[in-house]
Amino acid sequence: MAEGKSIAVRFSNVSRHFGEVKAVDAVSLELFDGEFFSMLGPSGSGKTTCLRLIAGFEQPTGGVIELHGRNVVGIPPYERDVNTVFQDYALFPHMTVGDNVGYGLMIKRVPKKERQERVRDMLELVQLPGLGDRKPSQLSGGQRQRVALARALINHPGVLLLDEPLGALDLKLRQQMQIELKSLQQRLGITFVYVTHDQEEALTMSDRLAVFNQGKIEQLGTPAEVYERPQTEFVAGFVGISNIIRGAAAQKITGSGGAFSIRPEKIRICPPETPNTPELFSEEGVIRDVIYLGMHTRYLVELKDGGDLTVVEQNLQSTSMDVLAAKGRRVKLMWHKDFNRPIGGGA
Amino acid sequence: MHSERAPLGLRIGTIGAILFLHVPLLLIFLYAFTTEDASFTFPPPGLTTEWFGVLWARREFWEALQLSLTVAVISTGIALALGTITSLALYRSRFFGRDAISLMIILPIALPGIVTGIALRSAINLTGLDFSFWTIVIGHATFCVVTVYNNVIARLRRTNYSQIEASMDLGATTLQTFRYIILPNIATALLAGGMLAFALSFDEVIVTTFTAGQQETLPIWILNQLIRPRDRPVTNVAAIFVIAVTLIPLLLAYRFTRDTSN
Amino acid sequence: MTSSPLPASTSNIAPSAFRRIANTFYRHPTMTLILMLLPILLWLGVVYLGSLSAMLTQSFFSLDGFSGRVIREFTFRTYNQLLSDASNLDIILRTAGMAAAVTITCALIAFPLAYYMARYANYRMKGLLYLGVMLPLWSSYIVRVYSWRLILAQEGILTWFLNGLGLGGVLNWVLSIPGLGGSSLSFSYLGVFIVFVYIWLPYMILPINAALERVPKSVIEASADLGARPGYTFRKVILPLAFPGVVAGSIFTFSLTLGDYIIPSVFGNSSFYIGQAVYSHQGTAGNIPLAAALTVVPIIIMGVYLLIARRLGAFDAL
Repeated sequence: MAEGKSIAVRFSNVSRHFGEVKAVDAVSLELFDGEFFSMLGPSGSGKTTCLRLIAGFEQPTGGVIELHGRNVVGIPPYERDVNTVFQDYALFPHMTVGDNVGYGLMIKRVPKKERQERVRDMLELVQLPGLGDRKPSQLSGGQRQRVALARALINHPGVLLLDEPLGALDLKLRQQMQIELKSLQQRLGITFVYVTHDQEEALTMSDRLAVFNQGKIEQLGTPAEVYERPQTEFVAGFVGISNIIRGAAAQKITGSGGAFSIRPEKIRICPPETPNTPELFSEEGVIRDVIYLGMHTRYLVELKDGGDLTVVEQNLQSTSMDVLAAKGRRVKLMWHKDFNRPIGGGA
Repeated sequence: MHSERAPLGLRIGTIGAILFLHVPLLLIFLYAFTTEDASFTFPPPGLTTEWFGVLWARREFWEALQLSLTVAVISTGIALALGTITSLALYRSRFFGRDAISLMIILPIALPGIVTGIALRSAINLTGLDFSFWTIVIGHATFCVVTVYNNVIARLRRTNYSQIEASMDLGATTLQTFRYIILPNIATALLAGGMLAFALSFDEVIVTTFTAGQQETLPIWILNQLIRPRDRPVTNVAAIFVIAVTLIPLLLAYRFTRDTSN
Repeated sequence: MTSSPLPASTSNIAPSAFRRIANTFYRHPTMTLILMLLPILLWLGVVYLGSLSAMLTQSFFSLDGFSGRVIREFTFRTYNQLLSDASNLDIILRTAGMAAAVTITCALIAFPLAYYMARYANYRMKGLLYLGVMLPLWSSYIVRVYSWRLILAQEGILTWFLNGLGLGGVLNWVLSIPGLGGSSLSFSYLGVFIVFVYIWLPYMILPINAALERVPKSVIEASADLGARPGYTFRKVILPLAFPGVVAGSIFTFSLTLGDYIIPSVFGNSSFYIGQAVYSHQGTAGNIPLAAALTVVPIIIMGVYLLIARRLGAFDAL
């Protein structure tokens, strides 16, 4: 997997305990230089704590953290070649935007003229030209977010940490910023470590991602891997909608007893009399609920032998009236056997 | 059901209380201009501004004023330093002794003046120091710390902590962070606390009588006039002066804390 | 296990002496905390608390009547002397009685003003009234005390006013009452009492006002909605809710009166209050043990008072 790529961040069996609580529980991972890496998980899963461990705001209670090969345990944040974009942006209210962005350079004693030039260039890069003299309180949320970004990037850090930076923005702005952040990262080639609880965001932007749960990493891989081949029930449920069938129902459908998951868009709704084919699994059921979402529709189907499956279909040709009328209809669900994913630790 | 107009009795009571609070001070103003200098006759037989000039020429007044000012400035300085360092140490800690320390800081002001006065006097007696300028300062600084501490710690608690993390993240040490980030944020709290301390020290009389030697601060000068009145209208002029010097810092402190808490 | 070679410091800031010191502080947070707390602990802990406890221990010593020197032996004699000597008891009761009278009167005067501020004043008027209460508070204590010298003087405004109303005789009669009066208005119990009320009044107004402000308008409306007349609502709803504020204010007025020795010495007659007794004993008499024991009395009284006040909810009203 390494292929001669250098390791930007390495966790070796890192733990962070708060008394009895294990916020981070023996986590090991390697992040490559220049990749966009996301840490995904619900609140309290340990992803933010891991980020803070990299930044140096927390110290591990066990294990070793290396930044570009150097053990940084015990080293304060201001001695690490890492910069952070905070969730609440943490802009200095008493300084102008320009002074905020140039803060890191001022600390490094970069001469004023050069500093001002670099600040100007940076503001152009994040598309806030000419706003250097404003105060943060005069900016909108989206603008403040870019200032926070500029302030971090201007120092050319070895690793950039982003702590749910888009959480406070509205949907349209958030989607736009996701694209911008990704293209910025590719252009600059800096390693981005991105923390989020929004799985769609993580899938959109990351080269690789790690799914956190209760202080441990449940799965680490590319977005496609994590989505198409979830290794645990938690991952299947957290990333995308999971359909999990266990026990007797699973036995009847697949012929073997283990639990499995199937992604909702992989299932087709067919009339009950459709004949079975060898490469497809099938099961009969009744549509219990229909949720019309404009671009697609979500169907909740109650299976004949217990359990239910969510099916998502694009509204290619049907209108809302058509789909809503489907409620209560008897159907047969069919999906390709290859898409069936056995779940470890299920049943 | 609830009328907007207060009942007559209530309004009378309110106006009466306000008058009660303010008329005495207004009378001092009036008496500073009276021509009668041997007693406090009302109504004043005539009005004059000569006493202002008399006070101006009175040397002991200037000495008392200078002493009060110097004591106030130095006590405030000590209170600022001690109060700020202690606030910085305690505002995020949750350790066992924190409440005890907060209580200890409030104690000099909470306990009656004679208690603090006697305690300090016996302590100073034990060490064998002479009662002098510095013993006055020690007493004042002790109860001035609380005003700075309360103001600064309240402001620190309201400060967004991620700012401080951001500063360190960008390469600033804790000392640099204090200089560039924390200090600007607490500046007005320091000013407010300092003004309060100054006013408190300038006006203080009880503890000072215990910790001073032969020195006379301005309040002590006025106190002596109270007990053995000698220069009546001149004292009134001095009184106006003292009101101004203690009122103005307090008004400023009020403006500072009000503006930034909105 | 690949690692790329990099310069020794991952941040490109040259380490200076300051940075090294800052790093040491960062790595040893407990030591830094202790160092930062050391000045205040030394100053207040050692100097102030130390002298307080030194004084306390002095109260367990006694004064040798013959030599006039303090015998440093643990004894209860001084406390015995304090409590059994009638004149000492007089002093304590006189001071406590004055404190109680002042507290009650302050509450009575403060309440209407605080009530008006909380319930009837509009925004601008409220700000003005607030400033009107704070201004005397911020004016110098000694000057405010001094102002009553002017007012209470025999030739001063108060006598002039009463004479003008034809009440001169009433004033003399009041002054002749033993527990109330004295040689003249400016040297009497009444005089001391008036000045105390004047000085501490703002301390009573503010907590009462704060407590009244906290009574939600909806509660009062609910009471009216349930059929109560304004007087009943006041007695049964508003007053109980405002009471913690009264208690909070009383802490100030009571404790400040207990400890003050200036006002009694300026306006009182020859009878002593605790403050004056303490001052005189520790002065030329050199009877530090007795002075210390006397000082303990207000501390104990206030300790008990604070416990009761906390039970009555005053601390939440502060």
